[in-house]
Formats: sequence, structure tokens, C-alpha cells
Amino acid sequence: MRTFFTTGALTALLSSAGALTPALAGSEDVVVEGAWSRASIGMNRPGAAYMTIRNTGDTPVTLIGLTTPLAMMPEIHESKTNADGVSSMAPADEITIAPGESVSLEPGGLHAMLMQLQTPMTEGESYPLTLLFDDGGEVTVEVPILGIAARGPND
Amino acid sequence: MRRRTILGYGAAGAGALVFALFVGWWQVDGPGAPEPVGQRPMALSAMDFSLTDHEGNEVGPETLIGRPAMVFFGFTYCPDVCPTTLSDISGWLDDLGDEANEMSVAFITVDPERDTVDAMSEYVGYFHPAIRGWTGEDEEIAKAVLGFRASYERVPTESGGYTMNHTASVFLFDAAGRFVTMIDYHEPREFAVPKIRRALEEETEGAT
Repeated sequence: MRTFFTTGALTALLSSAGALTPALAGSEDVVVEGAWSRASIGMNRPGAAYMTIRNTGDTPVTLIGLTTPLAMMPEIHESKTNADGVSSMAPADEITIAPGESVSLEPGGLHAMLMQLQTPMTEGESYPLTLLFDDGGEVTVEVPILGIAARGPND
Repeated sequence: MRRRTILGYGAAGAGALVFALFVGWWQVDGPGAPEPVGQRPMALSAMDFSLTDHEGNEVGPETLIGRPAMVFFGFTYCPDVCPTTLSDISGWLDDLGDEANEMSVAFITVDPERDTVDAMSEYVGYFHPAIRGWTGEDEEIAKAVLGFRASYERVPTESGGYTMNHTASVFLFDAAGRFVTMIDYHEPREFAVPKIRRALEEETEGAT
């Protein structure tokens, strides 16, 4: 519904400006690469997911939230380390990705924080994670679960 | 006219006083106050704390003297920074090969409420076998953090739980327990491993 409206408004705008771009802009052009998670110990500790989100389209896209059957409260969080070497973590704001740009969710920075796990995260298994965008679009990626000591998607 | 001028001076004087008080507060107690963190950690021999390792042994700073040591703080309910640090350290230890066996490596939790001896035992079991997990009473953890001039803070989360902010640097000591250097979080591995070798070499120098 919202996708339809946004796309319609955009098409109207582009048409009136004389730019007849046929491509539908927005989350259809989002490509997710290199998704991975570490295995969890049980279900009490939160998990994390990492990936690169690429906007291959020609309009900005904004990631506004996450859903997954794996966790009741999945959120984008950001770890930061200050000048004194102290690390902290806080929910991140909405993430806007410019056309042709990508955002990396990686250890020690932005990550999908998976709170209130519904099942343990077992090495060798995978789970679906859905990214929600401000144009109403969704992108679902299957995230492989690697070992607890994994350092990247290829470990 | 004259009265207004006096009032004006009065207001300016009061403003200046408030400003002076604010500057004083800022420098002494406020955000401008010198932070205790950022100082060099004490020598291990000058530290005083008593904890329990993941196998139930009593440990303290004296446990680390005699071999080069690598020490860092964290907690096992940490989803991002801590497993990354433990993975990084495991990688460095793998790179060091046999030399890693000459080191003591201690992971001290800042969340003893959840990180019991059993929890630490299970957690460190997934990483390099040289890594020991230390936990204990709140006061002892606080004494350890103070000795390393590190810091930690419990922060409530919106889901009703809590997370811990903490110093994520890795501290390196020589075999005599003297602080050598630290490896900051995010430091590339090509810098980390030579730093660890430096701590190992200082041991050799001390021995000759």
C-alpha cells in the first residue's frame, strides 16, 4: 500500500520533471551480501547478525527495522569505542543508504542485535532475517550460523 | 536611567559569578574533569584482587607474574564486542603458535552476576585453550578494574535487562608483571601480534 503510494508519487514527480526513469526506485534495489551470525550458548544471551547492505538503485533507501522468527526483539545496534578504549552499545537510528552505496554491519560497529531468542542459534543452521525499509518494502535474507569464534562470513 | 545601569552591572556580576561557578564545576566534577582512565595500568605486583578462574582455582594478579600476560575485560552476555575480542585474541594466539604457550591470558568479566564460574567455563571453552575466564565478587572485580585503570558501567536496556559498557583494550604485561603496552579494540592484527611478541621478548631480556 505504502510502496504503491511512494512509487506513484515518485513517478509523478519524475514525469513532471521530464525525467522518465522507468526503474522503480527503493528497496527492490537492495542487495544483501555476506550475511552471517555466530552460534549462541543457549537462549539467554542476545545474538548478533552481520552483513553488507547494498543499494543498487538510484534513490536513497532507509532501513527502519528488522523482523525474524528467531528473536522477539531484533534491532539495529551500534557498538562504539571511545578515546579511553571503553566500548558501549546503543540502538542505532534509521540507516539511510545513498544510491550506489552500501552499509556494512560488522563486528565492533553496526550490527543486527537479536534480543529474546526463541531458539538457540546452532552452528551449521540458518534463519531468515527480514529488513524493513521506509518505502514499505522488505528484503529477507537467510543468515547462516557459524561457530562462536567466527570472525567473518567465510570462517 | 542610573538605576537601570546599576541593575545591569548587578546582572552582569551575577552572570559572571554563575559562569565562574560553572567553569569550576566543569573542570573539577563535570565533563571537563580529568578521567582516571587513560592512565597506565599499575604493575601486576602492585595490584590486589582475588578472583576464581573458570576451573574453580583461586587466582589474582600474582597468578600472572612469572610469564608474559595478556588481560582483558568483558562479559559473556555481550553479543558483539566481546566475542570479537575473544576471536581476535584466539587468532593472535594461533599466529604465535608455540610462543602462545609461554603466555598467561585472562578474560576478566565485569558482569559477575551472570558470569558465574560455570558460565565462564562454558564460554571460554569455545575459544583458544590458553584463555582463562576469571570471575568473582563485585568488590574484587572493582579492585581489578581499578588496578588496570580500566572502567565499566552497568547500563539498563529498553527490554528490561542490562548491558555493560567496559574498557575493551587488551593489556600486555611482561614476565615481571610490568605493564608493556595495550592493544586497542579495532587495532589491525599486523600491529597486535608484534606488540605481543614485544611482551614476550621483554621476558627474555629480563631472564638474561
